[in-house]
Amino acid sequence: MDLSRLLARDDGLWELPMQGRMRVPGMLVGSRALVAAMDDKVLEQLANVTTLPGIVGAALALPDAHWGYGFPIGGVAAFDAAAGGIVSAGGVGFDIACGVRCLLTGLREPDIAAVKATLADALAAHIPAGLGSRGAIRLRFHEMDAMLSGGAHWAVHQGWGSDADLERIEAGGQMLHAKPGEVSDLARRRQKEEMGTLGSGNHYLEVQVVDAVHNARLAEGFGLAQGDITVMIHCGSRGLGHQIGSEFLRRMAGEAPGYGIALPDRELACAPILSPTGQAYLGAMRAAVNCALANRQIITHLVREVFAVHFPGHALPLLYDVSHNTCKVETHTVDGRPRELHVHRKGATRALGPGHAELPPALRAYGQPVLIGGSMGAGSWVLAGSGSALAFDSACHGAGRAMSRHEATRRWQGREVIRDLRHAGVEVRSPSLRGIAEEAPGAYKDVDAVVDAAEAAGLARRVARLRPLVCIKG
Amino acid sequence: MARCAWELFEHGADVGVRGIGATREAAFEQAGLALTGVIADPRRVRPRDPVRIHCRAPDDELLLLDWLNALVTEMTLRRMLFGRFEVHLADGELDATAWGEPLDPDRHRPAVEVKAATCSELEVSMHGDEWVAQTVVDV
Repeated sequence: MDLSRLLARDDGLWELPMQGRMRVPGMLVGSRALVAAMDDKVLEQLANVTTLPGIVGAALALPDAHWGYGFPIGGVAAFDAAAGGIVSAGGVGFDIACGVRCLLTGLREPDIAAVKATLADALAAHIPAGLGSRGAIRLRFHEMDAMLSGGAHWAVHQGWGSDADLERIEAGGQMLHAKPGEVSDLARRRQKEEMGTLGSGNHYLEVQVVDAVHNARLAEGFGLAQGDITVMIHCGSRGLGHQIGSEFLRRMAGEAPGYGIALPDRELACAPILSPTGQAYLGAMRAAVNCALANRQIITHLVREVFAVHFPGHALPLLYDVSHNTCKVETHTVDGRPRELHVHRKGATRALGPGHAELPPALRAYGQPVLIGGSMGAGSWVLAGSGSALAFDSACHGAGRAMSRHEATRRWQGREVIRDLRHAGVEVRSPSLRGIAEEAPGAYKDVDAVVDAAEAAGLARRVARLRPLVCIKG
Repeated sequence: MARCAWELFEHGADVGVRGIGATREAAFEQAGLALTGVIADPRRVRPRDPVRIHCRAPDDELLLLDWLNALVTEMTLRRMLFGRFEVHLADGELDATAWGEPLDPDRHRPAVEVKAATCSELEVSMHGDEWVAQTVVDV
């Protein structure tokens, strides 16, 4: 990226000043090296987002930002409905409420050393992953409606988890104001056999060990100690969310001119929040969020079933679950006054600071756990939210890709990646060798540098680094 | 002489699909093959079972978007892959048949599922004597 267009600030921020049709500045978060390594398309897309009606504050690209479609991935933008603000299907993305959850196990690294390969086989056999995989749960029409309204609440009431899980899920495990009636028949049909499935691409399930603790107080508050075993699940709303995203992107692209919205890129298709299409999308999107929360809850249940066989008596409580492709209604103070905003986070996670009323009492002193998924070789991070006003209480969501899938398959073979990772102590299981090559650790940015930048910019504080031991990929 | 070909092109996190042909129809058909190519080698897919697809859109770009998203939906719902396409275009409408077979992970060796076709890099245009139909798909 050409840094000459940006104003460097001394707190790890890079400002794209207002020019042309921009309504607010663009703001990039990251070290000089991280921002310089970003594709020029990130800046172009960020500038495009700043032109959308009703945008407030600044459009942000976080340290893991990369070239997406419409909005950059690793982006945050907030819109005020009362100021003609918009909601954008592209600004949420197709995998609505894709997110990460982290389970504690009460196990230590030596406990699983002898059974690591067996555990990997058992998890791969028990949890559907990859193209065309089917879940064991089939939902009838009225059950689908209950799931779309209830989210993880619905899943727990079906017996897949406990009430204790719900308070450790963003928004208590249920996105309110969902409108299942806005979810099309095709979207429902796509989901019929996909409940409790992991998907493919960058989705995964990992058994990890706490490799390093960076803040002892926060780690203790989160129940993490060096050498502890955790489980991390990364997946989203599956076919239902994909279909909703496609249908509303198409609908918004067709209707935008009628609303007087000039789109610099069709992928930015959007509708006024208060329009019938805007409200319909929000209702359907919230239903998809609930689908994702239910999906991760069911997968959690499947993980617990596997661990119950190998390690009887270990309950696997939930540390936290947070989505990173959403649009949420939140109150933020802008220019000294509280405003109700529709905050789009596309490849960005919420990162509430200490004392926030939405945090469960047990976490309130520390801030929200922020779960940063890395690559299957490099590891992941647990951070604690700082409550950055500039970033609308947001932080980065992952390492971010450093190269295309095409380039990755030119550089690596799936079998080699699996062999190298085994030598590094990671057991990988996947139905797809090409998928493994596309997701090779070298295809991702340095997750440690991304996390350092997030901390330096005051988005979140480092708590603990997690190293993968078992990775199940779709 | 115009080529009849498909290719994948670079995109930051996802994949671009491009169909090239002497006619718009041929370019749309090749874009369908490129879509399959994101997932698996189209040569491994037997064009056995036909599936009819109809779309209507106000312009060529949105028609390509609808065509590819219809294929994504059919692949997901039927758990099929497609290896051959026949497209007819007239007055903003697409009538097509896609031939394929049920997904066989062992033989098809799928790499990744396509979530949706996007409007990013979406283009249907003439380049010299060739039609190009392309967009980025989210995986």
